[in-house]
Amino acid sequence: MSASASWRTKGRASWFAFGSRRRGVDGMGSPAMRIPSWLVSWLQVGPLASILIVLFALPTFLFLVVSFFDYDRVGLYPAFMFDNYRDLLTTPSTLRVYISSLKFAAIVWAITLFLGFNIAYFLIFHVRSATIRTVLFLLCAIPFWTSGIIRTIAWIPFLGRNGAFNTILQDMHITSQPLEFLLFSDFAVVVTYVHLFTLLMVGPIANSLSKIDPALMEAARDAGASRWRTMVDVVIPLSKTGIALGSILVFTQVMGDYFVVKQMSGGQSASIVSMLSTEIQAMQYPPASANAMVLVIFVAVMVAFMMKVVDVRKELVK
Amino acid sequence: MMVGGSSRSYGPSDARPWTFYALAFLFGAYLMFLYGPMFVIYVLSFQGPNGGVTFPMVGVSLDWFRDVFKKGMMANIPASFTRSMQLAALVSAMTVVFSVAAALAFRRRFPGSGVVFYFAVASLVMPSLLVGFGIGFGFQVLGWQTGLFTSALGAQLTWTLPFGLFAMFAVVNRFNRSYEEAANDLGASSWQRLRYVTLPILMPGIIGVAMGAFTLSYDEYARTTLAIGRENTLPLEIYALISSATSPVLFAIGTLTTSVSFLIIGITLIVVWRMQKRRALIKTA
Repeated sequence: MSASASWRTKGRASWFAFGSRRRGVDGMGSPAMRIPSWLVSWLQVGPLASILIVLFALPTFLFLVVSFFDYDRVGLYPAFMFDNYRDLLTTPSTLRVYISSLKFAAIVWAITLFLGFNIAYFLIFHVRSATIRTVLFLLCAIPFWTSGIIRTIAWIPFLGRNGAFNTILQDMHITSQPLEFLLFSDFAVVVTYVHLFTLLMVGPIANSLSKIDPALMEAARDAGASRWRTMVDVVIPLSKTGIALGSILVFTQVMGDYFVVKQMSGGQSASIVSMLSTEIQAMQYPPASANAMVLVIFVAVMVAFMMKVVDVRKELVK
Repeated sequence: MMVGGSSRSYGPSDARPWTFYALAFLFGAYLMFLYGPMFVIYVLSFQGPNGGVTFPMVGVSLDWFRDVFKKGMMANIPASFTRSMQLAALVSAMTVVFSVAAALAFRRRFPGSGVVFYFAVASLVMPSLLVGFGIGFGFQVLGWQTGLFTSALGAQLTWTLPFGLFAMFAVVNRFNRSYEEAANDLGASSWQRLRYVTLPILMPGIIGVAMGAFTLSYDEYARTTLAIGRENTLPLEIYALISSATSPVLFAIGTLTTSVSFLIIGITLIVVWRMQKRRALIKTA
């Protein structure tokens, strides 16, 4: 909704109370009938907001407090010290793990963005029948409805030494012996991430693309723009909300992963969260909390940056 | 997922540009990439009793499926499956009610709307394991016992509620408000307007959210793992199985869970289809 349209809604008494207008003066005039509009909004949004406050904001605040605590094998001791942070930030392995996770995030982001954008573009602008489009969308989405754990381990018999892929390659005489780097490697991690997360890119981008009026593209074409210029100057700018949302989802999923790296890298790579879960299992809550806070701040800064580039809120809540 | 597209009418003489073929090829390759490994585990789940987790197949049997249902052998799959379904049903119902209500509220600006929005974003992007860690830790501090319908339910809601909210934004954005105004002008009360106008129009989207929330919950493990009590959900039971055993049982579970997902999708599609058909009938009548 544009700025002028939101003015119109502002003038309206409330979404609920509005209905009483036609029922005559008595309904309109009695103060009991008129719930202020902000209260109606809060009644509607209240349950969601309170769940998020209790189950998301409070636990995060708990990390913040506990990350300054002292601890030993027996328990936690309230304190206000920065030792946990100092230990974490001065350990060389911390930097190594962050770089490794960022590397995965960057590679997976680039691949899923390329795949996601092209698939979404194909589905929205090239597929002409709505039914076929729905069917193709479902085909993309169905594997998403299978547990991520199963989808991860599904790659093991596929990529393994005697796996399906190596067998096919050898049967076709492309390779003479099995490729070893396929499984339990960074390659396997990236492949699994792309398999798991491409749909997170397709969905938001397709949603953005579907709002573009095809007439705009025709106009660009008629004005002499090449296919490429139409893409760069019309389609991509108009789909940047979807691109930003998809990027945020993929990026945070990769940064928050601990299972895929553990399972597919064969112990060669670590992830931030798997480092953290080791600390949790050892009941070292204060360093785990400090670690969690650093990760949360890191992710928050990255997401804030992406949302700065694109005003996601303005685009979403119209 | 609700996706409209270009609604131009095409003549049969409209030639496809070369980009169509390039993208169609890419799409086909992506589908093969998507289904290839899944297909391998479906096939391997029918592995013979002496077969292993890779090819070749040593005979064909249903032994591994039987093992899934054998109680107490390694893990109690049927019991954890029941728990997962119950939890997913509850999560789905709560997500629909709360996120639809909240999305309706977001159609106007209200004091604090920005805060709620950014809380939802933050909750969605928070590394999953940390959410469960925070909730489990909080319960420990308060001296409460973590459980399936308390902490685990809460941990999953921090994921499904923002998802439901953002999905509903997309649905509500397409909603033409003049229907509501027409209902007002015809004298509908606010309840009648909600019940007979707003909700029916939003219904396909609402069903999408319900289905999405159900499957997100049913497959969720990272948020739940540190917030669950003594009784595991199905993904956590599978997770435990991975570290203890490598046998085609895992693949049999994969085949079964996929079948369940298909069943849920199929039922939903039939419901939506029948709803649309009924609506079309009303329109023509």
